[in-house]
Amino acid sequence: MPDYLVRLVQMHESFRQAELQALADVAELSIEFVKYDNDSPFCIVRLPSDSAAEAIISRSLLSQGIYELWGQGATYDALHNSVKDISSAKWAQYGSVPFRFTLDCFRGTRDQTQQRDIIESFSYLGFNGPIRMRDADASFKVFEEYADKAPEPMYLYLGRFVAASGRDVKTTYDLKKRHYISTTSMDAELALVTANMALAAPGKLFYDPFMGTGGFPIACAHFGAVVCGSDIDGRSIRGTGGSARKGQTGKFDVRGNFKQYGLESQYLGAFVSDLTNTPFRLFQHSNAPSRGGYLDGIVCDPPYGIREGLKVLGTRDMLNDQERTTHQNRYKDAGYIPPKKPYSFTAIQDDILAFAAATLVENGRLSMWMPTANDEDIELVIPTHPCLDVVSVCVQPFNKWSRRLLTYRRKADSEIPAGALEMAKKEYEKGVRADELNNFRRKYFEGFKEFERQRQAPGGDPAKQVDGAKGITGPWREKNGSS
Amino acid sequence: MKLLTLNFLTCAIKACKSSPASFPLHPRDVELEIVESDINLPFLKNILPRLMWAELRTIAAELGLPELPETAPTRDHLVEGKEEAKEGEEVDEVPSQTARDLHRVLLETTVKEGKLVCGNCAHEYKVMEGVPNFLLPGHLV
Ligand SMILES: C[S@@+](CC[C@H](N)C(=O)[O-])C[C@H]1O[C@@H](n2cnc3c(N)ncnc32)[C@H](O)[C@@H]1O
Ligand SMILES: [Zn+2]
Repeated sequence: MPDYLVRLVQMHESFRQAELQALADVAELSIEFVKYDNDSPFCIVRLPSDSAAEAIISRSLLSQGIYELWGQGATYDALHNSVKDISSAKWAQYGSVPFRFTLDCFRGTRDQTQQRDIIESFSYLGFNGPIRMRDADASFKVFEEYADKAPEPMYLYLGRFVAASGRDVKTTYDLKKRHYISTTSMDAELALVTANMALAAPGKLFYDPFMGTGGFPIACAHFGAVVCGSDIDGRSIRGTGGSARKGQTGKFDVRGNFKQYGLESQYLGAFVSDLTNTPFRLFQHSNAPSRGGYLDGIVCDPPYGIREGLKVLGTRDMLNDQERTTHQNRYKDAGYIPPKKPYSFTAIQDDILAFAAATLVENGRLSMWMPTANDEDIELVIPTHPCLDVVSVCVQPFNKWSRRLLTYRRKADSEIPAGALEMAKKEYEKGVRADELNNFRRKYFEGFKEFERQRQAPGGDPAKQVDGAKGITGPWREKNGSS
Repeated sequence: MKLLTLNFLTCAIKACKSSPASFPLHPRDVELEIVESDINLPFLKNILPRLMWAELRTIAAELGLPELPETAPTRDHLVEGKEEAKEGEEVDEVPSQTARDLHRVLLETTVKEGKLVCGNCAHEYKVMEGVPNFLLPGHLV
């Protein structure tokens, strides 16, 4: 199999390899990583063909493009030797076609004269066709990788361009241009990466149990999936008569976002619900002929922290008879608000895993975000479930806090050890979990507040444009003094 | 909310979940709307074996929609007899009438307003602006 050079972006480093692997998985292609380093934007992979390379890279957010590898080396002498060694058989077929030859310097620059000299040093390739900067039939690139502030490059590659990445779509879905968002909307790039990790694709059914304004389902629909979602806050789904953007009035809702992107036919709709009291059909349902998973993927950014108000249905204390009667008599009234209680962040993660185990098809995926402290005295625990394999753990570091994207695969029932499934079912049916809130370290919560501030800080921050009076979850809660 | 969703939803009350009568939820006093969309054959093929067919028929009947066949169609029923393909040529599959009927029921018929009622405990879930509300009152959690 030929070697290809992937030009990655040098950010979200720990997501990049997992994204390429996921894209190979979704295209049902084998990929072998020959060279990968978190500190480098150059990665060498082995793939069956150019068309495989294109299939994989065209959906990628965290790369720029893929090239057939024509040579590599630490110096130009080494590079030229390598080119002569591994690619001389290919030169002739490009001898007379219109072509383009350019330079990509990572962490370095070359002036025009240097560029011309470098390109001319490859004249032995014998390309005699016309040079075209646009619409060339073949496009070649010399890549130079420099160490920080080094005068000379430390490594070089020559590649023939095969395909560009799908990174441009991050502009299409940019939150700055989205009609309806909230303070907790995930930025478009990472929402699309999440959809890639979970293998969203045409024909599949995807669900987000914490959909907010629908960022993840929209990203999954972009890749062809049919999607639905839910949220405990009905206002976020139906909209509030305004958007999180200052100066915009009129009705904005999740459906409107799907319309904006022309994805409405892939949107099944949404419902209001608490994940811990989900209306979804679960595996113990007796009508079901078999275990009957039906979701291909679940993607979510669950709530955490105080301000975001992780709440579930229920009351802090058991209702007494009189209170029960009051609820019973009142619940059909127009203004009735179902009581909610705080819940622990670790318990909801376990609930999500149990839900995924019950509703995913075999090999279906769960991609879930989880914030953690970069703190030595808090142990990092990746939640696990006997029916789920951890596929990848990607970290987006902030100052004192990080968030992780955890991706799981639903095992086939035959892979699950005897008894484990029954145990998990029982656990889940028990439903109500101990409220571990009190065990939560104060520090942890303080950290989350800071984490949220940071999360909302990056450029073009939609949070700053929020019109609190319009009542999108985050600022609404804050104004009402609950944090 | 598109009708397909009802094939996945039961009563939200935990004690109801294991009872056969809690699925499907029964639409009551509903206002339906047809929202046309492009047929999605790969999706229909994928989702077909996951459908609970008897329950889908029940709901279609309760909504007064045209009767669905007694037994679930198979994937082959969704595609029109393939045209003779020229050597090495990929031919687009043509959706059959069955596929188009299913598309109409599952993906173009939407519930706008009304209620979804549990057959086991009779709890009613309201649908407002196409969004069903499954939040449970204090005494039912
Ligand atoms: C981090 S936000 C997700 C935002 C979403 N990704 C977006 O793009 O808008 C978490 C969401 O979970 C919702 N939520 C909180 N508790 C919940 C629960 N118990 N069940 C379902 N949703 C809940 C909140 O209303 C909030 O919209
Ligand atoms: Zn019920």
